[in-house]
Amino acid sequence: MNTAICPECGAKISIPADALQHELITCPDCGAELEIISLNPPELALAPQVEEDWGE
Amino acid sequence: MMRVGMLVTHLRPEEKLLIAAFQARGIEPDVLLDREVNIDLTAGADQPAPNGIAWSAYDIVLERCVSTSRGMYLQAILNAWGIPTINSYATASICADKLLTTLALARAGIPQPTARVAFDEDSALEAVAALGYPAVFKPVTGSWGRLLAKVNDRTAAEAIIEHRLTLGSYQHHTFYIQQYVDKPGRDIRAFVVGDETICAIYRSSAHWITNTARGGTASNCPVTPELNDLCLRAARAVGGGVLALDVFEDPQRGLLINEINHTMEFRNSSAPTGVDIAARVVEYAIQQARVTA
Repeated sequence: MNTAICPECGAKISIPADALQHELITCPDCGAELEIISLNPPELALAPQVEEDWGE
Repeated sequence: MMRVGMLVTHLRPEEKLLIAAFQARGIEPDVLLDREVNIDLTAGADQPAPNGIAWSAYDIVLERCVSTSRGMYLQAILNAWGIPTINSYATASICADKLLTTLALARAGIPQPTARVAFDEDSALEAVAALGYPAVFKPVTGSWGRLLAKVNDRTAAEAIIEHRLTLGSYQHHTFYIQQYVDKPGRDIRAFVVGDETICAIYRSSAHWITNTARGGTASNCPVTPELNDLCLRAARAVGGGVLALDVFEDPQRGLLINEINHTMEFRNSSAPTGVDIAARVVEYAIQQARVTA
């Protein structure tokens, strides 16, 4: 299983086998919402903050 | 081979489910990031999308942006070029605005909570008084139950109005005020795909805001002929498509349409209903591409 580093807290995060590029995941250590910006090599970035027009 | 695009801000569980549903039908959708879009508005559909493929090559594009403004403008552009989207810009532009939704429902004679609009502090207070306390201030655009304000008396209304005028953008200076409906601890979220209400859930909460994004819990709600008929009429009133309707059970008036969402979230709704919502959306998308391409 691939791993990547949380850009918020530095935790090592396992990337699920069925993960997709640009998918959002949550750091199990610090709870930060992260975006998988690359799968190969695995790389995470902080997800953008919720904006006022976000929703359904 | 059908070419399908999926416009996204990022991939949430819904988009993953939709991608998998397309793949189950032998279609690999192209994920197009709204942040990478750079479109010449004076040119046509033959210019490249972010992935280098011409926009005109797409038979159908699903708009799944979490950003309402980005999604709506992209729908407007693609529809202007003759590229079908789900949903259409016409539908999205109504559903994204609570005032326009209320107007469309009223024009079609769909039962809904009474709502008023005012633009000034004094007239807004008069509007709330006309509805009666409690009432609910809502931003005309917005989602996930954010910035809803239930006001129980004139003092609370004065505070909300002052805060909106002082702290809010111009959009918050439009006072859209809805009659408060004393729900039985739940509301209904119904999912319409084309000409069918495919399933519905109850959203239950001890809080008056029952959105699952705010902690409401989901359970199956049977789609009765009455609920199906009301939801289909309401969906048609806003232009139709793939829509999630919020329905109140008013103790006096019966079922009322509260809001209609045009980029619906459904991650918590397939399990309690047993309906594969993503598969139904994909089936509809394929039909629309064939009809309009």
